[in-house]
Amino acid sequence: MSRPTPAFTPSLEVSGLAYAYPDGHQALFGVDLTVERGERVALLGPNGAGKTTLVLHLNGILDAGAGTVRVAGLPVAKRNLAEIRRRVGIVFQDPDDQLFMPTVREDVAFGPAASGLRGPDLEERVREALERVGMEEYANRPPHHLSFGQRRRVAVATVLAMEPEILVLDEPSSNLDPASRRELADILRSLDVTVLMVTHDLPYALELCPRAVILSEGVIAADDRTQDLLGDEELMRAHRLELPFGFDPRSVTMGA
Amino acid sequence: MGAGHAHKLYRHAHSPVHDLPPHCKLAAVFGFVLVVVSTPREAVWAFALYAVLIAAVAAAARIPAGFLLKRLVIEVPFVAFAVLMPFVVPGEQTEILGVSVSVPGLWGAWNVLAKGTLGVAASVVLASTTELRSLLLGLQRLRLPPLLVQIASFMIRYGDVIAGEMRRMSIARRSRGFEARGVRQWGVLAKSAGALFIRSYERGERVHLAMVSRGYTGTMPVIDEVTASRAQWAYAGALPLLALAICLLGWTL
Repeated sequence: MSRPTPAFTPSLEVSGLAYAYPDGHQALFGVDLTVERGERVALLGPNGAGKTTLVLHLNGILDAGAGTVRVAGLPVAKRNLAEIRRRVGIVFQDPDDQLFMPTVREDVAFGPAASGLRGPDLEERVREALERVGMEEYANRPPHHLSFGQRRRVAVATVLAMEPEILVLDEPSSNLDPASRRELADILRSLDVTVLMVTHDLPYALELCPRAVILSEGVIAADDRTQDLLGDEELMRAHRLELPFGFDPRSVTMGA
Repeated sequence: MGAGHAHKLYRHAHSPVHDLPPHCKLAAVFGFVLVVVSTPREAVWAFALYAVLIAAVAAAARIPAGFLLKRLVIEVPFVAFAVLMPFVVPGEQTEILGVSVSVPGLWGAWNVLAKGTLGVAASVVLASTTELRSLLLGLQRLRLPPLLVQIASFMIRYGDVIAGEMRRMSIARRSRGFEARGVRQWGVLAKSAGALFIRSYERGERVHLAMVSRGYTGTMPVIDEVTASRAQWAYAGALPLLALAICLLGWTL
């Protein structure tokens, strides 16, 4: 397992994170995870493994029962919440939940405007974010008149506009047709930002993320090169992860 | 703005009326309606002049007469009520075409009809020259409580989403052999409505989560500031002020 030597503070440091829901159900039992700046990491795991619970800790929606989360060195705590939410950009699974403003432009502007940006600076930020996902022509459209793939791209732009330290994607490839899926992959690869991608789509994880971690029963059960993880049949079976029919991760040659 | 995707009520065009800031137009229409309803109903000529004023605005906005008249159809349920008045209001009777009707009833019907039609016509002109989105900005500018503006803006955004969900549920019901034929099926429909309510409520929670994740703290950031020049106010003010002059004449004459 080779990892880049940390030249900066890691984008994300989770240590000993445990959490139980108010009804007593414990979802996380001491999660340790470090993501270096610029890395793209896939977070894999069966349903109910606690993936969403972990994600909601990253920007302080849920309060850690024990342990800490740091984003670029800044601890996730009540007093830092505004800054933490600017640094952690979460793209939720359903773009209809994420895009709540009447037009694409206003939606992308929402985050930066909430942190106080106004006027030409705001316009510039919006234009740039939409350009990065190739949606600048749709700025004045209402989100519900876009295709699903376009909405997902705009959802990514709404988060990019906040210039986040880390981009967290919840099932980015769900409900996308193959072309939209590839377009989104091209966009994600072109971004110069740390990515944590929660997904069930194993080929997509292999395509985009050199490193993967498996979250199972509330702990990180494995952390390795994606290709090695997916090739370990025993490990995969133990965590209810299954590759699509006919897909052999060892046969895939990873270009970059 | 999104050509072909604008709301049904809006009529895309470029005219001096379209270009006015939304809050000026809102204030002008509100003022106009207030003036119209406070005009004495006996001043029949005043209402004719109001109609001329509205027609002039519609012409300036390049709204064809046919379009405006078709939109007025929304008034019909209220008109039905007005038509009843001459028959049910007690008072001095008179004969029209051999039918006995009451004079105060006739005046009442005229009152409802004239004022209602003018009010609706003014609103139709407003709606066809102002996009929904800018109407909201206008309301925000006029200091309507921000919560109300937020609710209205979410209604626009999620109306289609919820209608889509409703349609899918209906297709799913019919695919399993359900046809709503009578009272006996109402139970199923009521349960669907309940399910839709819960789904919308849960969506509301997810949307709130997404908003909080992007720094929402209870107030919407102002992204578009709408401003109006003195000239624009004067231009928009022409309608209610002319109407006010007519109204005052109506009281004195």
